[in-house]
Amino acid sequence: MSLSISLTVNGAVRDVTLNDARVTLLDLLRERLALPGTKKGCDRGQCGACTVLIDGRRINACLTLAATLDGAEVTTIEGLACGDMLHPVQAAFIDHDGFQCGYCTPGQIMSAVGLIAEGRAGTDPERIREGMSGNLCRCSAYHGITEAVLDATTRIAAEKARKSA
Amino acid sequence: MSDTLPYATRFGSNSGQSTSRRDGVAKVTGAATFAADNHPQGLLYAVYVPATIARGRVTHLDVAAAKAHPGVVEVMTPQNRPALAGDPDSKPFMFAFRFEALQDDTVRYANQPIALVLGETIEAATEGARLLNPQYQVMPPRVGLDAEAPYKVVVGNFGRPGETVHGDVAAGHAAAVQSVDVTYETPAQYHNAMETHAVVASWDGDQLTLDMPHQAIVMSRGVFGYYFGIPAENVLLRSPYLGGGFGSKSIANGPQVLAILAARMTGRPVKLMLRRDQMFGPVGHRGATRQRLRIGIDEAGHMTVLEHEALAATSTFDDFVENAANASQGLYAAGALRSAHEGVRIDIGTPGPMRAPGEASGSAALECAMDEMAERAGLDPLEFRLRNYAETEPGTGKPYSSKALRACYAQGAERFGWAGRPLKPRQMRDEQGMLVGWGMGTALFPAPMFAAQARATLRPDGSGLVETAAADMGQGAWTALAQIAADGLGLPLDKVEFRSGSSDLPDGGIAGGSGHTATAGTALHAAGVDAVRQLTAMAVSDPASPLFGAGNASIVARDGRLFVAEDASRSDSYADILARAGGQALVGTGSGGRAPEAAGRHAMYSHGAVFAEVKVDPDLFQIRVTRLVGAFAAGRIINPKLANSQLYGGMIWGISFALHEEARFDPRTGRIMNADFAGYHIPVNADVKGLEVITVHEDDPFVNALGIKGVGEIGITGTVGAIGNAIWHATGTRIRRFPIRIEDLLAHA
Ligand code: FES
Ligand code: FES
Repeated sequence: MSLSISLTVNGAVRDVTLNDARVTLLDLLRERLALPGTKKGCDRGQCGACTVLIDGRRINACLTLAATLDGAEVTTIEGLACGDMLHPVQAAFIDHDGFQCGYCTPGQIMSAVGLIAEGRAGTDPERIREGMSGNLCRCSAYHGITEAVLDATTRIAAEKARKSA
Repeated sequence: MSDTLPYATRFGSNSGQSTSRRDGVAKVTGAATFAADNHPQGLLYAVYVPATIARGRVTHLDVAAAKAHPGVVEVMTPQNRPALAGDPDSKPFMFAFRFEALQDDTVRYANQPIALVLGETIEAATEGARLLNPQYQVMPPRVGLDAEAPYKVVVGNFGRPGETVHGDVAAGHAAAVQSVDVTYETPAQYHNAMETHAVVASWDGDQLTLDMPHQAIVMSRGVFGYYFGIPAENVLLRSPYLGGGFGSKSIANGPQVLAILAARMTGRPVKLMLRRDQMFGPVGHRGATRQRLRIGIDEAGHMTVLEHEALAATSTFDDFVENAANASQGLYAAGALRSAHEGVRIDIGTPGPMRAPGEASGSAALECAMDEMAERAGLDPLEFRLRNYAETEPGTGKPYSSKALRACYAQGAERFGWAGRPLKPRQMRDEQGMLVGWGMGTALFPAPMFAAQARATLRPDGSGLVETAAADMGQGAWTALAQIAADGLGLPLDKVEFRSGSSDLPDGGIAGGSGHTATAGTALHAAGVDAVRQLTAMAVSDPASPLFGAGNASIVARDGRLFVAEDASRSDSYADILARAGGQALVGTGSGGRAPEAAGRHAMYSHGAVFAEVKVDPDLFQIRVTRLVGAFAAGRIINPKLANSQLYGGMIWGISFALHEEARFDPRTGRIMNADFAGYHIPVNADVKGLEVITVHEDDPFVNALGIKGVGEIGITGTVGAIGNAIWHATGTRIRRFPIRIEDLLAHA
């Protein structure tokens, strides 16, 4: 079989011919589109390492079949910064040491971006912890992750306020 | 070895700073290249087929079906597996374990490789592996610590004796006026680094390139060279980043060796990435233990005896018996001390070193037993530990190289608010009516060093290049080692390029035993000092230099300049000195390691005290750790921000040990029933709050020239016991089995 889809990845339109219906978004990104920043930790939706945004919503790329994504807009860790300008969540992760080995980090950051956009956690650390609990970190950088998400939430809110003022 | 450096070591400008990770931008943008992110031309994907029985023989594999699947290129089984030069059942090195690499059709544990399928795509290889549909001749598996008769361990892990006795144990028991005799159990735990074991292997003739996360980068060249019959120099191993290691990525394993073999067999690069379920078997784990502790005290609450016996599981074909009882050596001033180990051979993959091997499990049992002893004696648990504070290493009488444990107790207790803790359990409730309990434990971890080499180059422009094959598995080697190196060279950090993580660099030693920063750091610093010494010799003998004629010893290096110590107006820049000498780069070398005499004179440990608060629902018995304060003394802290992250991480591993992780074996099949992240629980973010770390200042003139101990593992020790003790304090129930679960408490309700 062969199936052609067209999707937007980090702002660029990618026309993909799939010769295999089993390809997940995660393997599509990593093995076929040369975007290995998104990580595989379990391949079955249990760890969050593969978190990306589809149409602004966070999802597990390992549980999403590429063939279902015709017309979708995908954002991965590679598409977050503007050139040398880090996204506020990325900068906050560095400032608060929200990672150690860095393997879960792309997923944590994409999850945090999604969480902040969802607007349900605000600056309540308890809700941030809950909202980030789909992303495992074996290095256990959770302390820094929570601090980073709190800080980034504030930075993003301030930026929004500045823009709308 | 540079036990004493020729210059007074100068710290402060780089070391000691909470510099953010130098690999931070790479890691938050997805640019950091982990092994499986590599994608060479012509790549084949390998998927290994795990045994679904724990003991027996493979009688049939449907190779034809697998090969018929589109995209499947090759199937490797014991029938066609090319020969290895080195026998996987031999143990040619200290860090070599026996492993399964399709040497025959026997199954020694569930999840061992029984075939390898190669495909043009992951999808094809995965489906091919499924189609092999193995048939077995099944034998009844031996499961659990009672499956076989135990054997006595004579020589334990890392060459330590299986049994250690100091003093007269029988007399210690006889002298006791009160005692406890308790048995604790700890389960099998699996490292489960977020990055599963991966390799991308490429052959060019008999040159082998491996992109592979590894904790012992240069050493492993010889290991892979041995198995593949090529000289060590022919192996290039690149491991710039490890997605976590925790001990499991220091040892060669079957699946990775098979992938390398497959690359040679097919003449194409091969990528293998273990599935999560495949992490439960061939890549080591922390073996299950059963530990008996007997403690006796006299009228004054001084320990007359501390006896710690540990039974631990190992595989049927290799030895790694968790040396848990050794945790009782080195800590409390008991009149007599005995640690002894027994092993039991069952149908599991061989255990191996996992973050705080021995110490984690041993400390869990020891610290709970200490609490039980304190309870029986009617003493506050901290007071009981202070009464048995060891001023010199128990048994050996060696002085400690440094030991700020008293300060750890005091500062930790103060921050936590330990004073006023009721002695009796079930005395505290919060506003919601939750049972509240407080517990504590002492943390202890040895401060070893291995061996490392480094090179430091002063470039003509006055900047520095430092090189050593260190491994950064999250502890922060890219940053902390560069800070140390910059200090050695007398340069600001941004003037130093650090090359690391590749086997073509000087041997950075092993990232393990919490000794990497100390070992590689000492080598890097010494290399820098060597370069500066050569530069100084040039300057003081150069009539054109303002330093001309000054004595070598009076020169100090700072910010890329040499100064006369007593007269800062006399100085010369590195770039100028090198330019006048012909503009050549200058190379210094250094090594790190511990002189045997130094190790013989002093007992060397990091210490700490951990205080835990738990809240337990009085009806549902749900357990939450609500506060955890750890105070640690670990010598010189190079980067407080990164050291704290290590300590937080270790303490969270303590939460995990106490409340979450456990591999559960099906007694009928010997398979692990929860070999995935849905069933094998580790803490998530919501499980972690109220964490505090204090690092207590400690100058240690003996551990090494830089005074560095280590922080990678100590955080687990102490923490597990503190949480177990807090649960007792909240509920009045002692659970002598980890992890402590709701149903354990319910059973006593
Ligand atoms: S890799 Fe997708 S959730 Fe783990
Ligand atoms: S930083 Fe290593 S797994 Fe999260």
